[in-house]
Amino acid sequence: MRSKSETYDVIVVGGGHAGTEAALAAARIGASTLLLTQSIETLGQMSCNPAIGGIGKSHLVKEIDAMGGAMALATDAAGIQFRTLNASKGPAVRATRAQADRTLYRSAVRRMLEAQENLAIFQQSVVDIEIRNGRVEGVLTAMGLEFSAPAVVLTTGTFLGGRIHVGLTSHAGGRAGDPASNALAERLRAMPFVVDRLKTGTPPRIAGSTVDFSRMQPQWGDEPSPVMSFISDGSEHPRQVACHIAATNARTHEIIRGGLDRSPMYAGEIEGVGPRYCPSIEDKVVRFAERTSHQIFVEPEGLDTNELYPNGISTSLPFEVQFAMVRSIEGFEDARITRPGYAIEYDFFDPRGLEPSLETKAVSGLYFAGQINGTTGYEEAASQGLLAGLNAARKVAGSDPWTPKRHEAYLGVLVDDLVTLGTNEPYRIFSSRAEYRLRLRQDNADLRLTPIARDLGLVDAERWRRFEAKRDAIERAATACRNTALTPGSELATRLEARCGEAVARDTNLFDFLKRPGVTAAHLRAVDAVDADVPSVALEQVEVQAKYDGYIKRQDHEIARVKAEERVALPAELDYGRIEGLSNELKEKLSLAQPRSLAQASRIPGITPAALSLLLIHAKRLAGEREGAPLARERRTSTAPEREESPRAGEPAARRTA
Amino acid sequence: MSTVDTIAAVATAPGRGGVGIVRVSGPHAPKIAVAMTGKRLAPRNAVYCGFRDLDGAALDRGIAIRFEGPESFTGEDVLELQGHGGPVVLDMLLERVLSLGARRAHPGEFTQRAFVNGKLDLAQAEAVLDLVNSATRQAARGASRSLAGEFSKQVHGIAGELLKLRVFCESAIDFPDEDIDFLSESDVGARLDAVRQRLSVLRAGARQGRLLKDGLNVVIAGAPNVGKSSLLNRLSGEDRAIVTSVPGTTRDILDADFDLDGMPVRVVDTAGLRNTADAVEAEGVNRARRAMAKADLVLWVMDDRGAPSGECPQVEADTGAASIVARNKADLSGRPTGRLAPGVVRICALSGEGVDALATEIKHAAGYRAGEGGFTARARHLDALAAADAALATASERLLANQGELVAEDLREAHDHLGAIVGRVSADDLLGEIFASFCIGK
Repeated sequence: MRSKSETYDVIVVGGGHAGTEAALAAARIGASTLLLTQSIETLGQMSCNPAIGGIGKSHLVKEIDAMGGAMALATDAAGIQFRTLNASKGPAVRATRAQADRTLYRSAVRRMLEAQENLAIFQQSVVDIEIRNGRVEGVLTAMGLEFSAPAVVLTTGTFLGGRIHVGLTSHAGGRAGDPASNALAERLRAMPFVVDRLKTGTPPRIAGSTVDFSRMQPQWGDEPSPVMSFISDGSEHPRQVACHIAATNARTHEIIRGGLDRSPMYAGEIEGVGPRYCPSIEDKVVRFAERTSHQIFVEPEGLDTNELYPNGISTSLPFEVQFAMVRSIEGFEDARITRPGYAIEYDFFDPRGLEPSLETKAVSGLYFAGQINGTTGYEEAASQGLLAGLNAARKVAGSDPWTPKRHEAYLGVLVDDLVTLGTNEPYRIFSSRAEYRLRLRQDNADLRLTPIARDLGLVDAERWRRFEAKRDAIERAATACRNTALTPGSELATRLEARCGEAVARDTNLFDFLKRPGVTAAHLRAVDAVDADVPSVALEQVEVQAKYDGYIKRQDHEIARVKAEERVALPAELDYGRIEGLSNELKEKLSLAQPRSLAQASRIPGITPAALSLLLIHAKRLAGEREGAPLARERRTSTAPEREESPRAGEPAARRTA
Repeated sequence: MSTVDTIAAVATAPGRGGVGIVRVSGPHAPKIAVAMTGKRLAPRNAVYCGFRDLDGAALDRGIAIRFEGPESFTGEDVLELQGHGGPVVLDMLLERVLSLGARRAHPGEFTQRAFVNGKLDLAQAEAVLDLVNSATRQAARGASRSLAGEFSKQVHGIAGELLKLRVFCESAIDFPDEDIDFLSESDVGARLDAVRQRLSVLRAGARQGRLLKDGLNVVIAGAPNVGKSSLLNRLSGEDRAIVTSVPGTTRDILDADFDLDGMPVRVVDTAGLRNTADAVEAEGVNRARRAMAKADLVLWVMDDRGAPSGECPQVEADTGAASIVARNKADLSGRPTGRLAPGVVRICALSGEGVDALATEIKHAAGYRAGEGGFTARARHLDALAAADAALATASERLLANQGELVAEDLREAHDHLGAIVGRVSADDLLGEIFASFCIGK
């Protein structure tokens, strides 16, 4: 039974963090967009721990924000504890983390979705993707409703083939309480995608009224409270509360060891691979047996509920073991569990089947974003969603896809890692994955991305106006610093030396002086080295630029080299299996990854300069054959070069005479 | 593809020739031309001038020619310095060019650039592929020889230490909320000093030792009692090997160094290849096979009285090295000595007859393979060690200034340079090491 179909430019399936950013981005740039979700109530749901941000993650959030996305604004509206991480370290590795009220977060996201032009929301579960001649044409819902669109973004998270484990019993399910999308999983498994299994887990939730907080260490947010969005000022924040820190003990570990025989992980019930960086408490106890205690962050779920999320004891042990384990923890002696912890296994698709635009290589117009690509985390999902929604809408409009490069954004690192290397555990971003992290800071995400996003149509006039004002102020501050000479013995030098304790030994300027570790923007401000109308935030940005100046310039050469390699396209018909001189291992890796450019190929582990040379030559040769013409603009008179050293014909005789 | 790297190499075969050429190609070629000659060279004009070192003193005098891309062999800006052909002078010229912003070319890289820039036609693509393929095999051989033994052990050891250091620094950055104080659990400063110490000892040793002077590696192989040891003595001009008429006299590896028209050559004599019950001799045969696997060139010696084309060895197919067949004992067979065919020479090792012709064949084979022996590979490895050393020096400064994220940056750079020798460690490998070392995560 099929009803008459309704037509859109872009259909987004799934209303989690990837789906909502995808729908918003597509609609923002003018595509008529439909968001299909199993439940409107759970749009923007935080299904794991109620926190946004962290190292690398807040970088992604601020990049989303710099491109007009929702996540940072929703966090500012819902955050109940904000902290700056790595505050004592350099600006490139500082990050923001917020504890969020689940309900406030959901309503903030829903508010933005409902206010978005060009966006329709409909509650229906999708059971099939319609594909004809390798192109996507629309979707079919459980009720038999048909929706047509030339572009579909799939963001179904862990719902595909989801299976929940508690102890040795298991059942099909998405997140606790939600149904799994098994019909769709079946359909997708039949398509030409490489499917694999991953697993993740959650801890049992606790009733706050049954916990003794006085026996835990409170952790308050920072004052003044940091913000996520470039256009927030902190006035958006609701009432702030504390988190608490508890710890497991020897007795807890004993209880866990006693239950291992009933753990689905250790009994071999789970085939999926769990994340190394987010081990279950039973994993931690087994792998680091010498430790007698592990830290637990006790996170409030919201302002209007006393439910707690004990971050650090994710588990799939049987309920009675969970119960005993929780009650062995100091402060939790009388704790009541409100929801049991569980592990969930789910399908994901090998992201090497994706273009950097997140369009699938196998089906034109079909995009994947979020956990379906093997990632974990709200921030990773949301940023992919924005990119997929943007590119889906651009495709429908006949425009080329856009993906940031590794030196432009953490999003670029994330996508390139996924489509080039794939993943064998839930992929999480880390700052150590970003080789250009000194330039990919959270403080300059807007400087890096807002101008591009403005051109792409993602940024509205008001955000753009504020951005331009900030950028102009920074430029003025930088010019002022570069143009202010600092001469040994001058009155300004003397004042500065007295303030910061660094000697002005030779002629320099304020910008170069700021490069020294001991000199800060605050020192310059304190001695009135720059005009009072230069805002302090702008001056601080100049300080960061000065501190990293040498390192960033050094990377420019590397970036230029990568850009040149980026321009060498590797054709899809390149048969790596038949390239002589490549090792079998490389042939296999290249065939799986199907890199789209020489630069992408260069990031495959084990690749050598010689192998890259071979790819380059084969790509050129294929291109030449396709044009059906000789490559040479100027034919050489000599025959094929027999070796590197052969001198050119007609040149001064320099051949060795031996 | 517009290249950003400027590459340089000695473009003439190694040895003591009349003229030697250093070729430079890439965007820095014009700048290097000015620095080397002190003149602004007009394109395509041969100019006789001095080639200057850092202080402006002449390293050599010769002809400099500059080509402007795309009107050049590679299609890029090119500089050619034609000086006196001695290996030492050429090496100094090359080092000077490298210090001016070029890097050592990979084997086949000039031709590859010519092809990519459309200077060679499509029909030549196959030839270029062959060249790169063979150059790649040579480079791999050269690298494996450079990396044999103690040198490799040291580089791997240093890279391992650096990985540990990075694990601490990166953990401190990526996991600030853990109840582990990564930096105080490790003494990062002392560890960094220890790594720098090891690296500088290794560099000093590799620079001055004979490691770098290993030149062409020639292995003499063949059945027992065909005269391999006599040939070693003859080629090296000294009595290194004991020569008897008893088959199996040489039971171990013997070597000797000599100079072939300025090209350093190491000749290695091996036990005769045969099945034997003698444990010592059997070990000698094993060693002989290993030596052949590392050789640039295998001299396959056979008794001239054997079948005219019999027992023709499949050296190249078996070991990947080039080979020359020396038919020995011409005095006993009574046939004339000299070159019989490309790569086949009849000699009398005892009297020395035909050995000159053999030397010419060796030089020819060496010239053909000149692109990349262990020598060049080792030079590139030393470049990487130097770059790693410089990055570690900066890391030490940054550590004193307490700039953790910059220390991490310098360590990564140093690690990448070592990775060019022993294989790169990916970000994911590093994370794996972090998770294996610490209980991290919630």
